[in-house]
Amino acid sequence: MKRPFRNRLDHSAVHEGFLERPRGYRSLWVLLVAISSAFSIIPLVILTIASYLQYAEVIKGEIARDIRQLTANAKNSFEFFIQQSVAGLRLVVNERSLEELRDNEQVAYILKNLRQSYGSYVDLGLIDSDGVQRSYVGPYNLKGHDYADQDWFHQLRSRDAYFSDVFMGYRRVPHFAVAVKREIADNDFYILRATFDTQALTRQVSSLNIRPSSDAFVINRDGILQAPSRLAGDILDRSPIACPPFSSSPQIQEGVDGNGERYILGFAYIQDSPFVLMILKRPEAIMTNLASFQGKVTRIVVITIVFIVLIVLWGASYLVRRIRVSELARSRAFREMQHASKMATIGRLAAGVAHEINNPLAIINEKTGLIKDHVLLQKEYPVSEKIASLADSILSSVDRCSTVTHRFLGFAKRMDIRKERIQMDILIGEVLGFLGKESIYRDITVSCHFPEGPVVIESDRGQLQQVFLNIINNAFEAVEDGGRIDITIDMVDERQIAVTIADNGRGIAEEDQERIFEPFFTTKKIGGTGLGLSITYGIVEKLGGHITVDSVEGEGTRFTITMPVKHDR
Amino acid sequence: MSALRVLLVDDEEDLVHAMVERLNLRGLEADGVLSGNEALMRVAEKEYDVVVLDLKMPGLSGCDLLERIKKECPKVQVIVITGHGAIGEGEEAVKEGAYDHLVKPFDIETLIKVMKDSIYPQ
Repeated sequence: MKRPFRNRLDHSAVHEGFLERPRGYRSLWVLLVAISSAFSIIPLVILTIASYLQYAEVIKGEIARDIRQLTANAKNSFEFFIQQSVAGLRLVVNERSLEELRDNEQVAYILKNLRQSYGSYVDLGLIDSDGVQRSYVGPYNLKGHDYADQDWFHQLRSRDAYFSDVFMGYRRVPHFAVAVKREIADNDFYILRATFDTQALTRQVSSLNIRPSSDAFVINRDGILQAPSRLAGDILDRSPIACPPFSSSPQIQEGVDGNGERYILGFAYIQDSPFVLMILKRPEAIMTNLASFQGKVTRIVVITIVFIVLIVLWGASYLVRRIRVSELARSRAFREMQHASKMATIGRLAAGVAHEINNPLAIINEKTGLIKDHVLLQKEYPVSEKIASLADSILSSVDRCSTVTHRFLGFAKRMDIRKERIQMDILIGEVLGFLGKESIYRDITVSCHFPEGPVVIESDRGQLQQVFLNIINNAFEAVEDGGRIDITIDMVDERQIAVTIADNGRGIAEEDQERIFEPFFTTKKIGGTGLGLSITYGIVEKLGGHITVDSVEGEGTRFTITMPVKHDR
Repeated sequence: MSALRVLLVDDEEDLVHAMVERLNLRGLEADGVLSGNEALMRVAEKEYDVVVLDLKMPGLSGCDLLERIKKECPKVQVIVITGHGAIGEGEEAVKEGAYDHLVKPFDIETLIKVMKDSIYPQ
């Protein structure tokens, strides 16, 4: 990429600033504001949106992890409960003999013991390999009941334990049943079966200690609730969420329930049982958290954007203002430099011309003098008087040329400045003295406005006199009889003074004001050499000062000459 | 008072001839040469009272010439003439030993007066 400061500036590019182009500053300002805003606001907005999405993802991830952990733990403890329940019966069926178990009294005794140790047993009984209830202790009258057609009995043929799901039992109270098989010789077996009330199950579920925003419940493979649930429903109701497909490990599932509400579900199939553990979380709770987070962030971002916009606006305005100021200064400096350069060139040019003219002038001078000498001193020529007078007129023209060139070369050359301390009011007084009686004859009022104490500067007396003589002389020429000239001396600061010469004369046309300091420029129709002011300008600059003019045609003119108090150059 | 013997040195031929003639018409004894080297040769041959020389000539000119003429004939008075641009050098020359310095174009009578003053100081 090109480095913009490295290359030497193409002058045409430097010259053409914003000032040249209409509405340039406005479009620069707009551009600055647009770019700055875009580059600060757009990334901010993108970042904010990204953070929203990221946060949502993170939160969901955490929830999922949470549920998964919870489900796994719950599955473990549930399975332990199942095993415990089965183990109780297995112990009995292994330790007691078939005869003991066939005896109702024994079974009653066993049941009493079991109740004491484990609680929740509703009934207990032995079933033989034909499916007939041989002994029974409990609230029903099931002795002799035939279970041969029952599904659980068939299942027990190939397994050694069976755990039922919950059913509505005695006194319309929910129960579940557990059966264990003991095999004996000759491919025979018997089954010990017990029924439990669901308190143990319910306790197990509620012991999971779920937070209020979520709910744990147990269903069977048909989607029927096996224990009452706070949110999902009552025992043996249909769960609002269908039973998910089988998986041996805990899983997460997201979906929409029968009421149209979203959920996140952790589920686990409990081994060796018909149960499926479901832990449900409603995302709304999390979503509220998320929404409040987003709200906070949005507020902060909006405030930030407002700040950014304000600062961008201020910054752009400041920058454009500074650019404008600097452009104006540059433009002015450039113009001044051009002007000074032009003056210097004209000066040098004219000096060169004058110099070249001097020698031929000298020759004309001498030769004409010689003609005159011959005619007057040698008396050989008739009409010598006439020739002599012709020669004289040639000589007077030579004089005129000479005056011009001398004055001009005086302007251009470097002459030593004789420094002395000059009291300005005295100097002005001297200059006015040179102009003698003109002010009286023509009834011109000359007023001097000088400060209280003496104003003293260090400069060249003779040249300063020349300057003021020239300007005041011009003022006299510009005013009509009865006119007015005001001369003022001012201490601008401790390093500069200003002398102002103002008249109420005919003034200078605006288009001429720029050119009056140029050599050979004159507004006089006859008689002006156009050198006076250009020489004055040159002297003032050489002495370290500056001269400016301010004029309104028909009203008057004011020349202001500033001079340094101490001459430094 | 015998006639003043003057040597004019300037590379402008027309000028030298006119001035020499005018001076002779006024009773001075004037010669003219067109270069510094010629001037040195002439002062070696003849004794002059005043040498008037232009500071700006091609070849040997200016203060070098002044120095050598003064060395050659210490009694000679030198008057230097310059164009307007070389006033500073003219003043330098006066410090270096020239009697006076005139700026072209000048009046013949002025020149004669300065020359006489240099020989017969009042």
